[in-house]
Amino acid sequence: MTSPGFIPTGIRFENIEKRYGGLAALRRIRFEIAPGECVALAGRNGSGKTTLLRIAASLVRPTSGELTFPPAVGANAAAASSAVKTDPVRAKVSAGFVAHATMVYDELTAEENLLLFARLQQTPNAAARVQKLLREVGLLDRRDSLVRTFSRGMRQRVAIARALLHEPSILLLDEPSTGLDPQGVAWLAATLRQLRDTGCTILMSLHGESEISMLATRAIRLDAGLIVADTRTGAEVRSILTFADV
Amino acid sequence: MSLLSSTTALLGKELRTEFRSRELLTTTVVFILMVIVLFSFTFDPTYNESRRFGPGLLWLAFLFAASLMLQPCFLREQNNDTLSALRLSVSDPFAIFLAKVIANTLFLLFTELLMLPVFAVLYNVPVLRVLPQLLLVFFLGSLGVSIAGTALSAISAQARMRELLLPLLLLPLLTPVLVSSTQVTMGLLDASPYVEWKGIGFLVAFDVVFLTLLWLLGEYLLEE
Repeated sequence: MTSPGFIPTGIRFENIEKRYGGLAALRRIRFEIAPGECVALAGRNGSGKTTLLRIAASLVRPTSGELTFPPAVGANAAAASSAVKTDPVRAKVSAGFVAHATMVYDELTAEENLLLFARLQQTPNAAARVQKLLREVGLLDRRDSLVRTFSRGMRQRVAIARALLHEPSILLLDEPSTGLDPQGVAWLAATLRQLRDTGCTILMSLHGESEISMLATRAIRLDAGLIVADTRTGAEVRSILTFADV
Repeated sequence: MSLLSSTTALLGKELRTEFRSRELLTTTVVFILMVIVLFSFTFDPTYNESRRFGPGLLWLAFLFAASLMLQPCFLREQNNDTLSALRLSVSDPFAIFLAKVIANTLFLLFTELLMLPVFAVLYNVPVLRVLPQLLLVFFLGSLGVSIAGTALSAISAQARMRELLLPLLLLPLLTPVLVSSTQVTMGLLDASPYVEWKGIGFLVAFDVVFLTLLWLLGEYLLEE
């Protein structure tokens, strides 16, 4: 699943704050995700999950604090030093991001969308990689259809395929099962499990329990921009994701 | 190399999406055609009046049509948050601007070339003998409009009063381009045509300065 140049990479949030005018979206966010860890973010609407994910993707600049991407212990030193410093450009190209919006063009076909992003990311063997992902997400027979003719679930499949194009070492997912049917959720869970097991770091926001939430080895709850719970204990992880402890 | 390949891929996307939706081209062609036809019938200009007022009217129509064309330039990227996907994918954000500037210039030039024969017939202005020079001023003027307009479109797309903001910022900024382009076109449509090199020089300088500014500051214009 991962490429030969794949370097397991973590994410470190150091006192991240984000303000929109007078509104504090995130406050004193300080935690580290180890390379290969699968972390679920929970919290009510407006608690800061999306902002945190967009900061991790380097799409939003924090008001204060620092975001770093430490390499796995024992990772090839030369490769790691070029890949994982606080280099926002490098962070952008190494992270795969699935957002609320699908981030694909309605006026392009599924194949054209994926080929465009593969070329921009300079993915080796772009055409073959795109065909493989289209087959995996079950859209190979609809590859020539415009995305605007797709259902929400099919668009989400294209969005997930786009995020996986460059075999990212970090995967950021904002409610990734939105619009997916049960088969789609099962496929996504299997794909994420495979990625997690090969060292891909996953940070995802979720609501409730599902096949995907079962993959989380750690859960963090945000409330009004603050971390109010952070656990790696199995039962507590489930409890945080289902709000059973509130 | 990365900038070139990214720009090429993005330019292909811009052209493909436009030729499928035809939103921008239809709007601008209809707008320019209406202005040219309406003024022709309202004023019924004489041969000399056409030479005096025609170039200004033509460039005013081009400028307003361009502001219509440039408005959705970045707004369309917000529909599905595709701008974020582009920002995550390109190593040089200037490629996003460069592709849009080239695409907008091509769309504007296409519209202008389509409208030029209509203008020539309705206003009785011979254009064939100065066509290469006209193409040069159309290209330089359209490039200036596209560079400044694309940058301002990126800024206004994130603002609350976005529909008002772009024309408010764009029209004053492009007044020098409008004046120079009109002066050069007037010279070319004169009874004894001549090239106003000072105007050409100004347009080249404007394009170079604003393209450099876009290259230096573009990344900040895309930030949320």
